[in-house]
Amino acid sequence: MTAPSPAPPKTYDATPLRPVRLPWRWLVGTVGVLMAVLLIAMSVGPAGLPPSAIAIEIVKYVPGVHLDGGLNDLESAVLWELRAPRIVLAMLVGAMLAVAGAGYQGVFRNPLADPYLLGVAAGAGLGATLAIVSGTDRTLLPLAAFVGGVVGVAATYALGRGAGGRSTTTLILAGVAVSAFLTAVQTYVNQSNTDSLREVYGWILGRFLTAGWRDVLIVLPYIVVAIVIVMAHRRLLDVLSVGQYEAGSLGVPAARVRLVVVLAATLGTAAAVAVSGLIGFVGIVVPHIVRMLAGASYRIVLPLSAVVGAAFLVSADLVARTIVAPGELPVGVVTAFIGAPFFTLVLRTSRSRM
Amino acid sequence: MSGLTLTEVGVSLLGRRVVDDVTLTVPAGRWLTVVGPNGAGKSTLLRAVAGAVPHDGRIAHDDVPLADLRSRQRARTVAVVPQEPTRPEGMAVVDYVLLGRTPYVPYLGIESATDLAVVGDLLDTLELREFAERPVTSLSSGEFQRTVLARALAQEAPLLLLDEPTSALDLGHAQQVLELVDEMRSKRGLTVISALHDLTTAGQYADSLVLLVAGAIVAEGVAKEVLTEELIAAHYGARVRVLDDPDEGLVVIPMRERVREDPP
Repeated sequence: MTAPSPAPPKTYDATPLRPVRLPWRWLVGTVGVLMAVLLIAMSVGPAGLPPSAIAIEIVKYVPGVHLDGGLNDLESAVLWELRAPRIVLAMLVGAMLAVAGAGYQGVFRNPLADPYLLGVAAGAGLGATLAIVSGTDRTLLPLAAFVGGVVGVAATYALGRGAGGRSTTTLILAGVAVSAFLTAVQTYVNQSNTDSLREVYGWILGRFLTAGWRDVLIVLPYIVVAIVIVMAHRRLLDVLSVGQYEAGSLGVPAARVRLVVVLAATLGTAAAVAVSGLIGFVGIVVPHIVRMLAGASYRIVLPLSAVVGAAFLVSADLVARTIVAPGELPVGVVTAFIGAPFFTLVLRTSRSRM
Repeated sequence: MSGLTLTEVGVSLLGRRVVDDVTLTVPAGRWLTVVGPNGAGKSTLLRAVAGAVPHDGRIAHDDVPLADLRSRQRARTVAVVPQEPTRPEGMAVVDYVLLGRTPYVPYLGIESATDLAVVGDLLDTLELREFAERPVTSLSSGEFQRTVLARALAQEAPLLLLDEPTSALDLGHAQQVLELVDEMRSKRGLTVISALHDLTTAGQYADSLVLLVAGAIVAEGVAKEVLTEELIAAHYGARVRVLDDPDEGLVVIPMRERVREDPP
């Protein structure tokens, strides 16, 4: 072999490397949107409350601040006892469903993975139905839903693998089959227990109508823990995007990461489903919009999805309770109205990769 | 001894013996290339060394069995350039190369300034700095292969596995990548094990060769001992002529079965 000639001295480009980070502008922007949405949601309703008065009312809670004005006692009660818990719950559930969707998408490396489509929601629904029918204490509803959700996602994954591979379509078809089956079982359970039918159906359709602080307290710990766990894996989900073999060669125990993220996402989804009923498409729509606008890394997708998911569901709930006022639509209907066409769009753009 | 030793290594996949009783040694800082016909088990053997498939027998680096290492420790010992690396959607080159630092980043932590400095050096060495912010999906095959090599080198592992690193590349890019590997090998004292299709190239870059057929070693040694017309005819079913080249060692030329008849 000929000896290589000595390399000429290289002049290196001194621009610093910019690895992917959460873009602060996007975070501030989305949090701003969320705040605005919250304020609007709190002011709109049968009793119109001026946003300025609500802002004063909130600032009053800051220690050391004394302000005049704001709301009278009745208005204050409407705000804090009726609207606020409902809005906070919608926020938590929206954030959770969006984060869970993004988490499943990372684990299954599949842009269409979503708690609703993976059979998690249907399983959680069945679990919760069984709990309601058997008269279990309501605080245990999230756990019952969790067990059902795990069964749902495990069945979907096993069926999808058994049917040959992990392609997008196989997994989604498996999810459809599992969801249909679990929903059928749920219907059977319902029809055999007609006395609790109303309660169960009111719950399935997804509504925050009856939400109180009690519901918020029931789900809060589950959702916080689930979101923290999934978020903590944001870098590892980026590593998983090169596939199990390569992630393994980079020292990531891929199977363990996937299991932990799936369990956390399922736990959070199940808790959300247990208080809010079945609300579809948040987990697909929100992470996708974030990805398109701000970047595909899970360091960006997970935090922003939480914020945008919260804003999205609070808005959807606002529409649900105003569009047919004085009546009310289940919020799942509103998210499906937006989500289903969006889903078709995603399906079209991701078809080339299936 | 220092370097990599495989002792009676076997791999069974779906009940089939894909690699059988392979014993070989690669001294530290040397380059071993595994050649063999399609389906001989080259990739599987590399995957066994990488820890991706279960195996029997013993695979040890510097006398430490790789199976005893935890996954992070193993990734600091063995780096892999896979045959068909995944190109993650929307990931920039700098982030892709940073993936190679995974075994040094705390489990739920984030990359340090040291990790970034290591990656910066590699991007300069492999002339990838100008691509740093380009998505990997937009790179040409040659650029991407250098990026994958950079990721593997970022692992700072003494052992580098290359599974058909040049199969997607044209002649010039293939040579460029192999020269880079050789340069890194001598600079960093890496032990390299590669699987290669092209026999001439295999002979040019490796210190020693192993001919794997049906999962077992049928010949091993320097190029002259392994790349013979007889062995290639017997195991590839190919008619070749092996020529001596005073500079480059051996040249393996495929020959047609019959002399083409000129059209009338």
